[in-house]
Amino acid sequence: MSQASTEIIRISGHAGAVPGAGLNREFQVCKLVDTTTCIGCKACEVACLEWNGYTFTQTSFNNSYQTMPETAWNYWNLIKFNEHERDDGSMMLLMRKDQCMHCEEPGCLEACPADGAIVQYANGIVDFQEAHCIGCGYCVTGCPFNIPKFSPEAHKVFKCTLCNDRVSVGLEPACIKACPTGCLHFGTKSEMKELAEFRAEQLRDVSGFADAGVYDPAGVGGTHVIYVLHDAKNPELYGGLPKDPHIPYSVWLWKKPLKWLGNLAMIGGIVGLALHYLRVGPKKEEPIPPEDRGPS
Amino acid sequence: MQTSRRDFFKVAAVGGVAATIFGFDLKPAYAQLKELKIARAAETRSTCPYCAVGCGVLIYTIGDKAKNVTPQVIHVEGDPDHPTNRGTLCPKGSSLEQDMLNPRRLTKPQVRRPGATDWQDISWDTALSEIAQWTKKTRDASFVEKDANGRTVNRCEGISFIGGCTDTNEFNYLVVKAMRSLGLVYLENQARV
Repeated sequence: MSQASTEIIRISGHAGAVPGAGLNREFQVCKLVDTTTCIGCKACEVACLEWNGYTFTQTSFNNSYQTMPETAWNYWNLIKFNEHERDDGSMMLLMRKDQCMHCEEPGCLEACPADGAIVQYANGIVDFQEAHCIGCGYCVTGCPFNIPKFSPEAHKVFKCTLCNDRVSVGLEPACIKACPTGCLHFGTKSEMKELAEFRAEQLRDVSGFADAGVYDPAGVGGTHVIYVLHDAKNPELYGGLPKDPHIPYSVWLWKKPLKWLGNLAMIGGIVGLALHYLRVGPKKEEPIPPEDRGPS
Repeated sequence: MQTSRRDFFKVAAVGGVAATIFGFDLKPAYAQLKELKIARAAETRSTCPYCAVGCGVLIYTIGDKAKNVTPQVIHVEGDPDHPTNRGTLCPKGSSLEQDMLNPRRLTKPQVRRPGATDWQDISWDTALSEIAQWTKKTRDASFVEKDANGRTVNRCEGISFIGGCTDTNEFNYLVVKAMRSLGLVYLENQARV
């Protein structure tokens, strides 16, 4: 991202082509989560907390290995453990790293009314700017993945930043670096997409998962966190991953037609007022009829 | 062209109103990125102290190792150049920073006397001389010069030695030398990693 803005495109007094011109550089970053090789060790959870400076919080036990039921405002990265019974009766533990998906068309950004509280960088990262956040929580309703979380202490909303402080200086996110099984990958969007498709094909052809596939939902314009799933036809199995996520219709209705209808009504009111004044003129005081007067 | 004071004010007022209406915004157009917290911090290589895998870690401390700085750990992550883990860490290793900054971390020797229920503080000098005394006593009591067949073995069977995974090759070499010189046969130093 920082490279994109300082790439040289023209040079004065220089013979020949600009060095590096015509190269195919991609600045869109992407996390690839291969759920088929995750062992649920939670190293990514710890690395996330450690890098972002959050302390460990009280966990809750709910008959599962999962740390807590949902991500929290100070716990951005959670492995969701799901017991799944296969057709032959055998059990399978489906584990999915749940975090912000960094959508290409982010619902949180669409719903946010505060100027500059949510931004999207050229590399695809969707970032909350806490200084501008007014704590209204509309982003929570706008997100199809239930990611932004309101902090009652700070009165602001927080979520995964895709470690933009690391990515902007050329490092990988903390979770990606920690992963000991290598189920997490980081790179450009096209490279990750290619790797994911390769792995899905391997799962289909060699490992016997006929429905294996890549999760990069088109409903939100694609995401900058993509999954390889054993069963791409039923992403709900993986801790409620929506099959076809999209920005809620209420947000669309409010931001598009209702907003314009409201503006139209406001302008219409002012125009009507002016027309009324021109045609009818100011209201004249009518003399009160004598019978309405009280006893004097 | 002459501009009167009145005209100047008129133009300024109209211009100001126009700039406001057409959305002239002085707010900066960029967002504030969080700064990399380890940007100029000192980087020290070390080994994770937990299991026998012996992963390499990078410990980041404040300051640049200059003489007048007392380092304080700010971050720990995997060492990408280490052949064992190549930058990765398990959850326990990822939490190493909290191990070092933990208020309950032991920083001085303690002893629990036979029969006692509590640990008590002890100085390094006392600890080392007590260890030496007990080593001597145990070695004298359990030293085997000859085995049942009369062969000279010079074994000390009453003491064993356990090392940790952060022990280096050089340290393990010295440990084996020292312990073998006492006649120890029960040696474990995780040197297989």
